[in-house]
Amino acid sequence: MTQHHSITLHLNGTAHAVSVEPRHTLVDVIREGCGATGTHTGCEHGVCGSCTVLLDGEPIRACLMFAIQADGRQIRTVEGLAHGTILHRLQQAFIDHHALQCGYCTPGFLMLAAGLLEADPNISDDALQDGLSANLCRCTGYVNILRAVRAVAAELRA
Amino acid sequence: MNALPPAKGQVIGHSVTRLEDGPLVRGQGRFAADVNFPRQIFMRVVRAQIAHGHLIAINTEAARALPGVIAVWTHADVASIPPIPFRATRLQGLEPYCQPILAAGRVRYAGEPVAVVFAENPYLAEDAADLVLAEIEELPVLLDARLPPAEFAPGTSTEPAIVRKQFGDVDAAFATAFDVVALDLSVGRHSGVPLECRGAIARYDAAHDVLELHGTAKKQHWNRDEIARLLGLRPHGVHLFEGHVGGGFGVRGELYPEDLLVCLAALRLGRPVKWIEDRREHMVATNHSREQHHSLRAAIDAQGRLLAIDAVFHHDQGAYVRTHGARVADLTAAMLPGPYRLHAYRVAGHFRLTNKTPAATYRAPGRFESTFVRERLMDAIAARIGVDPIELRRRNLLASADMPHARQLDALGTDVVLDSGDYAGLLDKSLARFGWDALQAELRARRAAGELVGAGIGFFVEKSGLGPSDGVRISVDRTGAVELVSGAASVGQGVETVLAQICAETLTVDYRAIRVVRGRTDRIEFGNGAHASRVTVMSGSATHLAALEIRAMALATAAPLLQAQPDELTLARGHVVRIAAPETDLMSLAEVAAHMGPGSPLMIGRTPGLTAERWFYSDHMTYPYGVHLAVVRIDRGTGEIRVERYLVANDIGRAVNPMLVEGQIAGGVAQGLGGALFEEFRYDEAGQPLSTTFADYLIPTLAEMPALDVLVAEDAPSPLNPLGVKGAGEGGINGVGAAIASAVDDALRKPGAITTLPILPRQVHAMLPR
Amino acid sequence: MKPPDFTYHAPETLEQALSLLASLDNARLLAGGQSLMPMLTMRFAFPDHVIDLNRVAGLAGITQTGDTLRIGAMTRQRDLLDHPFVQQKIPLLAQALALIGHRQTRNRGTIGGSLCHLDPAAELVSVMTALGATIEIAGPNGPRDVAMADFPLGYMTPSLAPDELVTAVHLPVPPPGHGASFLEFSRRHGDFAIVSAAVMLTRHSSGHLADAVITLGGVGPVPLRLAKAEALLAGQTPTPDLFTQAACLAREIDAMEDAQIPAWYRRRLAESLTRRALTAAHQSLPGAA
Ligand code: FES
Ligand code: FES
Repeated sequence: MTQHHSITLHLNGTAHAVSVEPRHTLVDVIREGCGATGTHTGCEHGVCGSCTVLLDGEPIRACLMFAIQADGRQIRTVEGLAHGTILHRLQQAFIDHHALQCGYCTPGFLMLAAGLLEADPNISDDALQDGLSANLCRCTGYVNILRAVRAVAAELRA
Repeated sequence: MNALPPAKGQVIGHSVTRLEDGPLVRGQGRFAADVNFPRQIFMRVVRAQIAHGHLIAINTEAARALPGVIAVWTHADVASIPPIPFRATRLQGLEPYCQPILAAGRVRYAGEPVAVVFAENPYLAEDAADLVLAEIEELPVLLDARLPPAEFAPGTSTEPAIVRKQFGDVDAAFATAFDVVALDLSVGRHSGVPLECRGAIARYDAAHDVLELHGTAKKQHWNRDEIARLLGLRPHGVHLFEGHVGGGFGVRGELYPEDLLVCLAALRLGRPVKWIEDRREHMVATNHSREQHHSLRAAIDAQGRLLAIDAVFHHDQGAYVRTHGARVADLTAAMLPGPYRLHAYRVAGHFRLTNKTPAATYRAPGRFESTFVRERLMDAIAARIGVDPIELRRRNLLASADMPHARQLDALGTDVVLDSGDYAGLLDKSLARFGWDALQAELRARRAAGELVGAGIGFFVEKSGLGPSDGVRISVDRTGAVELVSGAASVGQGVETVLAQICAETLTVDYRAIRVVRGRTDRIEFGNGAHASRVTVMSGSATHLAALEIRAMALATAAPLLQAQPDELTLARGHVVRIAAPETDLMSLAEVAAHMGPGSPLMIGRTPGLTAERWFYSDHMTYPYGVHLAVVRIDRGTGEIRVERYLVANDIGRAVNPMLVEGQIAGGVAQGLGGALFEEFRYDEAGQPLSTTFADYLIPTLAEMPALDVLVAEDAPSPLNPLGVKGAGEGGINGVGAAIASAVDDALRKPGAITTLPILPRQVHAMLPR
Repeated sequence: MKPPDFTYHAPETLEQALSLLASLDNARLLAGGQSLMPMLTMRFAFPDHVIDLNRVAGLAGITQTGDTLRIGAMTRQRDLLDHPFVQQKIPLLAQALALIGHRQTRNRGTIGGSLCHLDPAAELVSVMTALGATIEIAGPNGPRDVAMADFPLGYMTPSLAPDELVTAVHLPVPPPGHGASFLEFSRRHGDFAIVSAAVMLTRHSSGHLADAVITLGGVGPVPLRLAKAEALLAGQTPTPDLFTQAACLAREIDAMEDAQIPAWYRRRLAESLTRRALTAAHQSLPGAA
């Protein structure tokens, strides 16, 4: 018989009490249980990075973790980047540099970039490119995504 | 023709940021999976595990018995629904090859829907689908379109049609040719593979007798009409909605079996029905593309000039004919001559079915393939007569003086008339920008130092702006807010921004204040959607015409109120002003709209509203063109190919938003790189698909991208529309296979070495000099 | 692509974990999940029970005692990669870890999880073989140790009884002043390697090579030591020709074949990567030009 467990996900600073089956993936519960549909799935098998969120500050693939494992942990998603009407500098840079077309990969890239830059504001360009090559985008050819993140990295270094 | 706005206007021609981006960067997009309705249930498709066989029985009992399962259907439950039709094609006799929405008696590819399960949640639906057992008696599989045709069904062959086109006296040209160059070439099976899989959410609103379908894309109006017809409904009672679409590239937004199944289920089961395709399904269910095998011969003169091409190709359509009919084969045949002068041409495209996922269009359909083939041919001719490949192309390019050039061919039912172009001029610009001559010296030096490096070229001609028509309605309300409703669709290219820019240019308002509505059948009666790089040309032109009409209406309404003649007035800053005193705002568009409202004394006896709908018609396509240049390095130890540098030069007549054009091109290059080096839908000898995950189907990442330069040229505006625009959606991908193959040949120092795409490291390794 | 139903267990001690493992039928251990989760979402695996090791106390952590490093099985790949001792003293491991997947997967993926999954192309499987690691295993009858070289019994089959689990990996710290290089070939950045080569070299004060270790990943069901080449190198003066000769011996290995990668190509890759890794390892020796 299917078990249901009550857990609490701390999503962008808000506690969400949700009831989950153990087999529910973290990304499904963020989307369906917490209603935060900004995090997307492109493969559900851990390759595309669309589902990237920050778990206790570090980027992970939310399709490769069960929600029940995140009970009590801090999760940040794209919805938590902006402060009210003020966009996060990465969000603004993505707009300014035309780093998105369909926008499906964008939340994953934003969270990946946020994780990389927060962990190392002085990140080298090689490490940045290496890090950003973790996620797939089918529209942009990556050129402008790299440009946008580089611009923010340069601001941080300055 | 109406007035052409200035080449670079207040808004047109500027790289403004996109209207679309705000919600998308905030995670507020509404993609298919984000659409939810109360009491919705979930559909899961049970797919054939066998590539070809008779469907003996389907056991659904165990699935039905699972708590939370609402229904399980097989073909018997949907037998009254006709198969999925195709859009216009000139070929006759394709009807027997259309796909039933659930397999009827026979399965023809692994992944074909054989049953559907409806359950309370997606996890349960998948559990139940696993319990459905299809008993299939296997039949021999046909996996190579070059093999002799077999039986599709009793009395029908797996070759429904041969696409034939011809002009000039081909046999005479070969009889008198200086030499003949022959090639055999293949392009692998790959496709659009957008990052968002498909989705369809249907609900029936009994209160209003309306069936809604969400998650749609690209061709809403045609799809609405067909869904209504197939389900026996009235089109006015069916509404299609397009939310955000995570990439289209040709494959998304066609009418698929699942779209009809969710609609039918919403009607029959009385609850909203949601279906979200998963990635493994996508790889076997959504249209494949590209797989073609070409044999061609060219008759040439002593200078390497083309006299005639005689081409045969085999198009691997997969298991059924889908909505495009034989469009890809048709386009391949029509576009193969490209930018070159050609006196005689004959092509036979064998349109053949195999036991693989059905194929259809993918970005630059028929052109990625034919450019690869034609440019391989040009390289082979250059090698044969011993001239530089660039020089060989110069000798064959059509001149500006030849424009417009009627090809004596038709494509998509219209005559191919190359509308404008300075091919040689763009070639010169590209070579200069790339530093071609210095590059040759650099490559020689690197080769001398032991490196395997080379450069290559692909010249292409695109087609865009497919007619026949598109309409746009613009209205200004009494607050001055501008709304633009278009029958176009958006698959992520920035349609809203581009249309808003065109509208804003004439209305002199801030483009960011224009609300663009698209992809909704309930807001505009007709539409032709977004495909074939048609939106900027067709909907853009219609927008321009509608905006001009709004302007004229506003001036005509304001004139008596301002005691002026309309021709003494113009618009500035969203206000009516006197041409003689343009700095003084006299009346805002909001005020004009208020004067035009119902009940306004000015409007008695007239249709109220500052609203105009205008249609743009075109019976010919526009033909953008361009050059791809590539530098590659081959790793001697592994055969790995690194593309080091890349240039795309693309003349699109007029760039409404250069930043978006460059974005389209960059994205196209990445996809082309995939098709040239990485991506392939592979099958084993039993027809089992081997590329069903993102670990097997290799989409390039940032790490595989070359240093990319894009040259957007506006030397040859199209004479066929008021903006002078040509489509920019497909030039980025078109020549990639051609240019990389050419560069790999050059690096290997073996002209003609590359005959197939994708080019695999192990194949290259086997060709390395020892 | 939704995982099948299962019962979830989250033991907090090793004893609890072992007793669950002993008592439950058709149970799977969940470590970092980076291999198991895709197998579940693709429904390649249908466990009745999943025993999550993430809350078991004491399974994660890195401790250095003398000349061995003990790495808890649940240590994340990222944490091991960032460990200063690994960065400074075990360059082969640092290089291999940097090639595993991507940042997001290294943040979750564990050392023990990857070793037990035992994909023939996995960097950790190959590098732990090269480094001569020892696998620490716990079971109902207490702990036991297995040399990494003996841990794989065959293709993706670890030497583990159904009621046992891996608790740690012990690594002998390689001698100071050794040279190391881990190289691999994959189609895309971050993908599983098709073939990898791990090389460690030590040198006598005379300049002759003392010892060479060459381990190839991805060529067979389990990592392969290129013993003939190691023997050829020992005691010799390192030269490019010598490395070419040694690498040439990779042409004789018994390599796997599949629809995508023929055996001859695996052998060629092994040869090229071995030659390059030998050269790079040699260059990384202190004082090398
Ligand atoms: S959806 Fe998680 S990596 Fe693709
Ligand atoms: S913008 Fe469409 S997938 Fe990246």
